Amino acid sequence: MKGYNFAYLDEQTKRMIRRAILKAVAIPGHQIPFGAREMPLPYGWGTGGIQVTAAILGADDVLKVIDQGADDTTNAVSIRRFFAATAGVRTTTRTAEASVIQTRHRIPETPLTEAQILVYQVPQPEPLYRLEPSRSETTQMHALADYGAMHVKLYEDIARWGQVAISYDYPVMVAGRYLTSPSPIPAFDNPKLHRMPALQLFGAGREKRIYAIPPYTDVRSLDFDDHPFAPPHARGACALCGATDAYLDEVVIDDRGRRMFVCSDTDHCATRRDAGHLGAEGVAP
Amino acid sequence: MSSTAPSQDGLALPGFAAPVADAQACFRAVLDAMAHPGRIVAAGAGLRPPAPLAPAAAAVLLTLADADTPLWLDPALAAAAPWLAFQCGAPAAALAASAFVVTTALPALEDIARGTDAVPEAGATVILQIAALGTGPALRLSGPGLAAPALLAAEGLPAAFPSFWARNRALFPRGIDLLLCAGTRLAALPRSVTSVAP
Repeated sequence: MKGYNFAYLDEQTKRMIRRAILKAVAIPGHQIPFGAREMPLPYGWGTGGIQVTAAILGADDVLKVIDQGADDTTNAVSIRRFFAATAGVRTTTRTAEASVIQTRHRIPETPLTEAQILVYQVPQPEPLYRLEPSRSETTQMHALADYGAMHVKLYEDIARWGQVAISYDYPVMVAGRYLTSPSPIPAFDNPKLHRMPALQLFGAGREKRIYAIPPYTDVRSLDFDDHPFAPPHARGACALCGATDAYLDEVVIDDRGRRMFVCSDTDHCATRRDAGHLGAEGVAP
Repeated sequence: MSSTAPSQDGLALPGFAAPVADAQACFRAVLDAMAHPGRIVAAGAGLRPPAPLAPAAAAVLLTLADADTPLWLDPALAAAAPWLAFQCGAPAAALAASAFVVTTALPALEDIARGTDAVPEAGATVILQIAALGTGPALRLSGPGLAAPALLAAEGLPAAFPSFWARNRALFPRGIDLLLCAGTRLAALPRSVTSVAP
């Protein structure tokens, strides 16, 4: 911790981020611009999430960081170490033990509680970006709640492919007002956004935007009456813990094309194995 | 805490004892209050701002206000102006141009910054000091952040407050966010609160 302020950022920067977070909570789903700072890791590695975490973190917090559900990947390990070094906070891999969870592209399988805050790393906060690259134009579209273009995109997907061809970063309406990017979480995770008891904060460092979904807020994945939102499920069970209701990664395991499914959420998988659930290739930990 | 007698303008009164940790704790309390409208949280315990500025209101300002946030102070709280100027450095500004409005009586909604449809976050945060939180007539709140409608007991809100809030809500996503402060207690009404009924 020597040589740095608590949690790396200086106090004026924290105040600016904290003000943005509070306005983000007051206007669910609306992107608030903020003065993202240069962080000691490159854009794309979670600089937005890290700045949000740095602004909320206190000495009593217990921090968990996941990258695609895993606690043991490079990004997750280095961010966890970063805060252990600059804030001296306790870190954990257990979802239930954490008070702040920073995530890249997943929502933990274990249901979160009111006492927890989920911080998302967001590469592109603007859900309309692929349809309208101009920021000033999308600002107007949000101001007018003019989201027809996104409905046309979904309609065209259905006309061409028979279904909405979006498997991650599936756009949602937050509290019936703002079209919002849930960050590149799999569409599988979208139902967890709806009325989640935990506060959800989103930070985009390169794009310099913060937004939020307060607890118990209605979050609807865009769909049509005759084509209701139906998130895809893997056709298989976790080879290690046997789970069929979790988000599964498909892994190629040899050069003859054999594959296995494993839980993306490593803590969920380990907890299940601890409790005696074993899949086809699972061994007790 | 200093044992010397405070000077007339309260300038000698200290701010946060541990500025980094205390600001963080106060921010998390305010965040908790904003995320759960109507929830009463503690803020500013141990802080002795110049009267009649409430410790909770003072803590919020020490936590969030700085040179980047124009501030409007109710003349009834003018005794705290030099202390706030020294501790926060927030420039005094006209009511309509202020990011933070600190007051003992709600101004007319039309006189406060409410943001624009494109930049709704420019709507002000109004810090309203009232007589008490947790006692007094109850308001029924609903909206994001609440699993079920919540009751907030508050003493000292104007009788017309539900209609004030209905007009604020009608502006959404424009509007103001309200922090109610009484002593060392604080509750929030973000503009996302859809209804306030007696």
